Amino acid sequence: MRRTLIALGLIAALLMATGCARRGGNCPDPGGAIKVGVYGDLSGQTSSFGQSTKNGVQMAADEINAAGGINGRQIQLVIEDDQGEPGKAATVVQKLVNQDQVRALLGEVASSNSIAAAPAAQEAKVPMISPSSTNPKVTQVGDYIFRVCFIDPFQGEVMAKFAANTLKAKRAAILFDSNSDYSKGLIQFFKQGFTKLGGEIVAEQAYAQRDRDFTGQLTQIRSANPDVIYVPGYYQEVGVIAKQTKQLGIKAPLLGGDGWDSPQLWDLGGDALNGDYISNHYSVDDPTPVIQDFVKRYKAKFNGTAPDAIAALAYDAMMVLADSIKRAGGTDCQKLRDAIAQTTNFKGITGVISINSDRNAVKPAVVLELENHKFVYKETIQPDTGGGTTSPSPEGSASPAASASPAASAQPSASSSPTANTSGGNANAGATNANQ
Amino acid sequence: MDTFVQQLINGLNIGAIYALIALGYTMVYGILRLINFAHGDIYMVGAFAGYGLAYFIAANLGLAGASWGALLIVLVGAMITAALVGMAIERFAYRPVRKYSRMTTLITAIGVSLLIENLFVARYGGMGRGFPQLLNDRTYQLFGNAAISKSQILIFVVSIALMLLLQWIIYKTRVGTAMRAVSFNLNSSKLMGINTDAIITFTFALGSALAAAAGVLTAQYSPTIDPLMGITTGLKAFVAAVLGGIGNIPGAVLGGLLIGVAETMVVGYGANVGIASTYRDAVAFAILILVLLLRPSGLLGSTVQEKV
Repeated sequence: MRRTLIALGLIAALLMATGCARRGGNCPDPGGAIKVGVYGDLSGQTSSFGQSTKNGVQMAADEINAAGGINGRQIQLVIEDDQGEPGKAATVVQKLVNQDQVRALLGEVASSNSIAAAPAAQEAKVPMISPSSTNPKVTQVGDYIFRVCFIDPFQGEVMAKFAANTLKAKRAAILFDSNSDYSKGLIQFFKQGFTKLGGEIVAEQAYAQRDRDFTGQLTQIRSANPDVIYVPGYYQEVGVIAKQTKQLGIKAPLLGGDGWDSPQLWDLGGDALNGDYISNHYSVDDPTPVIQDFVKRYKAKFNGTAPDAIAALAYDAMMVLADSIKRAGGTDCQKLRDAIAQTTNFKGITGVISINSDRNAVKPAVVLELENHKFVYKETIQPDTGGGTTSPSPEGSASPAASASPAASAQPSASSSPTANTSGGNANAGATNANQ
Repeated sequence: MDTFVQQLINGLNIGAIYALIALGYTMVYGILRLINFAHGDIYMVGAFAGYGLAYFIAANLGLAGASWGALLIVLVGAMITAALVGMAIERFAYRPVRKYSRMTTLITAIGVSLLIENLFVARYGGMGRGFPQLLNDRTYQLFGNAAISKSQILIFVVSIALMLLLQWIIYKTRVGTAMRAVSFNLNSSKLMGINTDAIITFTFALGSALAAAAGVLTAQYSPTIDPLMGITTGLKAFVAAVLGGIGNIPGAVLGGLLIGVAETMVVGYGANVGIASTYRDAVAFAILILVLLLRPSGLLGSTVQEKV
């Protein structure tokens, strides 16, 4: 008995010692191969997201390693499956950080999972780059959390602008996923943008993930007679929603976000998706040589699968990380964090990436039309023309900020989250955020 | 008005699916006093069997795309496959423990359910997959905005046909008579020379086939299937069986339709009385609690009712 007690005491002491060491921010570069943790949904409901992320990161890492690594050091990926569940995402990140001792993390796609996992990375001071989580709260978890994609205030407003200006819609209905931070964030910014442009929200309905019947909600929406229906969900449900929309004889097009982007979408929705629109990070049909070259390399590596935006963003996230490690001269956590934060004008596949003071990327968005199982490029909406929503200008230089005020009213709730003060020195980053 | 009628159609439609599954729960309960918790997963197995079969006949019989022939083959094939799976479960999981307490069988049922789910997740992944569309779906305008689609009509027609067929089997055939006898008293039936084991197996086959039909029909209407699709749907069907009076066949159908309509009305009109549309799943379970409190024997159930 006493022996057990002593053993337990020793274990506790050991745990506390390592805990203290981590909290002290003492995490020098161990040298050797650079371990990078990748986590995502590889077997759950949204596993197309996780697979694309894994492929994109793998391809980038293989290219870097084939070219001699970073300053002669190879990248070693440690990949974990979180089954698309926030709780499991937090667990696997704990494992990656504490057991595998990774030097940096790449993931997740779904914002709810990134938000659940980020505190573990922040606490251990392991820089985490989310390739494609667009909810603003993700990077507000702390100063070690970054992303290489645009954020929902911008994405929501892009669709609002497109609906009001290009489609000339006056009446919009909303159908959103009530389990998802991503979906809830997007509708908030869509509503603000759309009403500001003189439109009216005529109906708002919610569904839950794993629902398979949406006719109840769609019938109510139909009776409100909207011009467009905004459905910023994930492809699993959206495919079915598109089909049931047509079954009910609704003619209004559906508008969505990057959560629709998956090769599987066509499997589920098929021809019912024709004439719908989404906002996205890049278009696989974009004729720019850099993109076409990337698409060719990706297809060659993964049996002809075309890279969706998730894969392209994952590739960019790994490349930004590699570039930062090179600039930091290693993986000392503080230096690496600073190097990622200083990323400016990095030429990625999904556009030129600059990390702003909120640790978000400032990038344009594209609007794509769904046509016969393809995403057809419609237009590009730049951040500056997006009402200054993701304007890189630091801490709200008054004029563009004022125009984006409707978004600002929504933000304080997010930035007043308990984790907001983790960013310490970035107090004014919070202010900028309010402008976004 | 047209919106209300539309919601009614939507509700009856998913209600018909619940009813088909509830029949399996209620028949097995009628005979063995066992709640077969793996039944929701049989519904999933049926959908997956239909999925595999649709691809198989598209590749080997040239029946690609939408056609009535393909739909019929897929539907019947899925029903047969699920019937075999149901029989296998009964033979290898329930029969060996039948002589122990009822609780043992119940726990076995939960185990079988988890086993099937996780086998399918391991084999096929948890991701939903698109079910091939075997029906050139189109929508018929009724009046005003109210509309009904071909896939909805299909659900109504097939489920009513299957329920009539079931009614005929139970009341007009020898095996049906034997089922009714076993449900009255298993031991006396044995003494009367009825092969009770065979009758129990047949009951599982029948219930499983109905669940598989529900799986294929749902997949035509909302074209996603995944290994966990049977959990919520199965539970709601179970509630439907309890609501109608478990062990009672017309009760299962009535319960299924009521649950379907109640759920859809919550989505449609719940907001007017302060119930968010996302509470749709909670409604079924609220009904379950109310039934157990107020009328444990269900709407149509009673002790003298003939059970199967």
